[in-house]
Amino acid sequence: MLLINCPNCGPRPEIEFRCGGESHIERPGPHGEVTDEAWSDYLFYRSNPKAEHRERWVHAGGCRRWFNLVRDTVTHRITAVYPMGEAGPAEAAR
Amino acid sequence: MSGSRTDGGTTLDRGRPVPFNWAGRRYHGYAGDTLASALLANGVSIIGRSFKYHRPRGLIAAGLDEPNGIVQLESGAVTVPNVKATQIELYDGLTANPVNAHPSVDFDVMAVNSLVKRFIPAAFYYKTFLWPNWKLFEPSIRKAAGLGRAPGEADPDTYEHRYAHVDVLVVGSGAAGLAAAEAAAAIPGNERVALVEADAEFGGGLLSSADQIEGMAAIEWRNAALTRLEALPNMLLLNRTMAFGFYDHGLVALCERLTDHLPPHERSGPRQRLWKVRCRRVILATGAFERPIPFAGNDLPGVMLASAAQTYAKRYGALPGKRAVICTNNDSAYAAAFALQDAGCEIAAIVDTRSTAGARAEEARTRGIAIMSTAAPLRARGRRRVNALEIVALNDAAKRRIRCDTVLTSDGWNPAVHLHSQSGGSLAYDDDLQAFLPDRAVQDAVSIGAAAGVLTMDAAVTGARSLARGETPVLPPAAAVGPTRHFADGDIAAQKAWVDFQNDVTVGDIQLAARENFRSVEHLKRYTTLGMASDQGKTSNVTGIQVLSDLLGKPPQAIGTTKFRPPFDPVTIGAFAGRAVGADLMPLAQTPAHDAQVALGAKIEPYGSWLRAAYLPRNGEREHEALAREVLAVRNSVGLFDASTLGKIEVKGPDAAEFLQRIYVNGVRNLKIGSCRYGLMLNEHGIVYDDGVFARLGEDHFLVGTTSGHAGAIADTLHEWLQCEWSDLKVMVENVTTGWAVMNVAGRHARDVFAEAGTDIDLSAEAFPHMTYRAGTVGGVPARVQRVSFTGELSYEIAVPWGYGAALWDALMRCGRRYGITPFGVESLMVMRVEKGFLHVGSDTDGTTYPQDVGFGAAIAKKTDDFVGRRSTMRPEGLREDRRQLVGLEITDGGGPLETGAHVLPGDAIEPRGTQGWVTSSINSPTLGRPLAMALVERGTQRLGEAVRVWDLDTWREAKIADPRFFDPAGKRIHG
Repeated sequence: MLLINCPNCGPRPEIEFRCGGESHIERPGPHGEVTDEAWSDYLFYRSNPKAEHRERWVHAGGCRRWFNLVRDTVTHRITAVYPMGEAGPAEAAR
Repeated sequence: MSGSRTDGGTTLDRGRPVPFNWAGRRYHGYAGDTLASALLANGVSIIGRSFKYHRPRGLIAAGLDEPNGIVQLESGAVTVPNVKATQIELYDGLTANPVNAHPSVDFDVMAVNSLVKRFIPAAFYYKTFLWPNWKLFEPSIRKAAGLGRAPGEADPDTYEHRYAHVDVLVVGSGAAGLAAAEAAAAIPGNERVALVEADAEFGGGLLSSADQIEGMAAIEWRNAALTRLEALPNMLLLNRTMAFGFYDHGLVALCERLTDHLPPHERSGPRQRLWKVRCRRVILATGAFERPIPFAGNDLPGVMLASAAQTYAKRYGALPGKRAVICTNNDSAYAAAFALQDAGCEIAAIVDTRSTAGARAEEARTRGIAIMSTAAPLRARGRRRVNALEIVALNDAAKRRIRCDTVLTSDGWNPAVHLHSQSGGSLAYDDDLQAFLPDRAVQDAVSIGAAAGVLTMDAAVTGARSLARGETPVLPPAAAVGPTRHFADGDIAAQKAWVDFQNDVTVGDIQLAARENFRSVEHLKRYTTLGMASDQGKTSNVTGIQVLSDLLGKPPQAIGTTKFRPPFDPVTIGAFAGRAVGADLMPLAQTPAHDAQVALGAKIEPYGSWLRAAYLPRNGEREHEALAREVLAVRNSVGLFDASTLGKIEVKGPDAAEFLQRIYVNGVRNLKIGSCRYGLMLNEHGIVYDDGVFARLGEDHFLVGTTSGHAGAIADTLHEWLQCEWSDLKVMVENVTTGWAVMNVAGRHARDVFAEAGTDIDLSAEAFPHMTYRAGTVGGVPARVQRVSFTGELSYEIAVPWGYGAALWDALMRCGRRYGITPFGVESLMVMRVEKGFLHVGSDTDGTTYPQDVGFGAAIAKKTDDFVGRRSTMRPEGLREDRRQLVGLEITDGGGPLETGAHVLPGDAIEPRGTQGWVTSSINSPTLGRPLAMALVERGTQRLGEAVRVWDLDTWREAKIADPRFFDPAGKRIHG
């Protein structure tokens, strides 16, 4: 079970959080102009790396705030935590 | 000839004899014994019957690696199946029985399986009983092969969970563990160090070692080290505590046995405690398991691991036999030979596969023990116990027979790498030790001592201290083990050479699996069952890999191990459950009128996380009678329903309207203040997710109604959209579901009852029409009232602060008495909504339902703005013309209601195939006096009036597609 450093509440066990999957996924629009391909890309396709991964989490059992983190999908090491809307560390794989 | 008691025993209390019962006979041991050591000392050599062939089996090991000594402990509610006798501390009056033996371990009728052993090889059952159906044979095969019996009664014990944070956790208290714990505790900044030991006693191998450490006898060194640790203020010592799982970010799970070592009548408090320990650093001193040597007849009682015999002799004063042959490929078994000799056992010979003398050969000669080098065991002779061992020279194949009642084997040592591997660490095969060693660690964890392949005490202690300090020790290389005798593929003796004793898997079975191309180690495991069951292959895995490696000509490193998963050793389910049992497993919420409804005899049922009244039967009514009475009362007069579970989410802020415009399928921006609208929410995949009524309380203030089950999920979803996608919008979202109790008064007298309860709200139809919202007071209490209806009647949902809910229920019941007000439950409401053709999300929709399938196509066409899921509904799948649409079904065959899920087919269908949809809701309508149904049917709305056939639980029914608004389609009552 991960130990996640919530930016608002400090380190808490994973059971208090919910993972929202890969972060920085752009929602395409306007809806009338988006191709089927671009829309399925947005809905279904994810990078799924065996490496550092930028993903968003919410502290559901705490402050209920969403934030981003960088987690290595092999070692589960979390190397950065940063607010929604920010790009995060440049070296983290997209 | 068999086992006996000596006068030794480092952890035995001779002053406290302990009587116990085994297989219906009374014996006695001493305090400090395990059931295994006591049985051995009492001369019991057959302790169980093997899993498949029911062969007689004796003890092989002395610790948690024991594969044979599986027993049923105690009886009744406290019985524990499949416990290892080596893990049971003897207590007064202990009662245990063997498993898998009918009628007894000494005479087992199923042992006939053993005679046909060569005809039931690996996967025999699966291959032979394929036709007509494996399931037909499985129960009787499982019974014949079963282990213990689960208790038939509820567990009377309690369990608890505890959480802890430590700087350093040391797992295992042998020489390395004790040294590391002391060194770690001395490091400044390590405020909390914990040392856990699965055994009752700290000390691990020190308890049975004859070696000297740092100039002291092992047991003296252990006593001194333990005394120092006990005095440390930053040291937590936990015995009887198994570290069974090493998870991410330093989380280690422990199971502490608090009362299992006591007689049942002396136990009090929790039986076991599950610890979840978050560790900055973990030091694994988990030791190593000795490998048995595979040779024909190696499962005969009397054949045992050399280290186990040493433990029984030194620690428990129990000798396995009178005359032993020691078979080995390394030095450690020599120590076992010496320990047994010192305890009075004759050592017939040491058979060593090595051609050069080991470090202890000289002492053996001094002791007069014959060493036969370059030789290996070939076959153990005997029926119920070994009586002789045939050995074979590895160079010239000369055979020799040695009379003995005990054979001790050591094929080297397997470091207990389980926790290291669970934590993500990799393994490397060491050709010298012929074993897998911990390699790269992923977490801040380090293996020390025998767990790292360091098999001498002094080196283990030196290494442990420096690794605990974060240094890298330079240790002398481990002595290489000698060869292991291999079996030729197809050698008939391989079929009697056991690798996995618990699952009855032989070298021959592995050969067969390899011939049949099960060459991946994971496939081998599943095909032969090697390494399965409660011991998870602690004695067998590496041997199995070595046999496979030899057969395939592939190094063990390339074959690899099967995945090491928690738990390291079986853990009671009760420990995982902790206090979350019975009513505390999933506590359900109660509504404000819960007690009042219970007093009226309500049938209370769980609905999601709520307990709600399904219906309120009177005078022994059956369900359909109660439903009919409640429905007719609402239709003809007035009813009262506790609707407090309905989701209520406040959405407030300058951008509240804009935000909800993007959430709902419907338009939101143009909703007038004080008005309500029925809305549909989709997920981003375009699938109907929830519905409900939303009200505009002010220019920038909305109250979003959700279904009872979805309130929390919808609030979470709204938060996610706001925080992650539209963080520029100024909106607050708060789930206030349990802030407001809601009583729904419905029926033609609803207005009268409401008025009588006392309110400052003008209830006239003109001032407060259908689908509007008013705030005011009811009985002097602040109230939010929505004139909305799920029954189809004149209806008010009156919300008051939660604490006033019960009082409001009472007041409305009192005020409604003259109209015969009738409380009704969820099921009656469901009947009424079907009569009206109202959608129920989750019943009438599924994971493929788009809004256009349930009548929202026109609303979407009118709306120009984007909303969640909109683009998805425009995918090719959404544009198909043959989509299933929600319609009504009138039953035309004069029969009763259809079953939900019954399939709808064309009117000329002859065979039940080619479904066009299915029944989603079905009732017997008390109001209309006939059965009604709703269904999702292909092109349904274009087929109104069409006759269809319904395949319903293997019978044909006749129906007609209809407008689902069965009752009061014009909505006269709702606007009354």
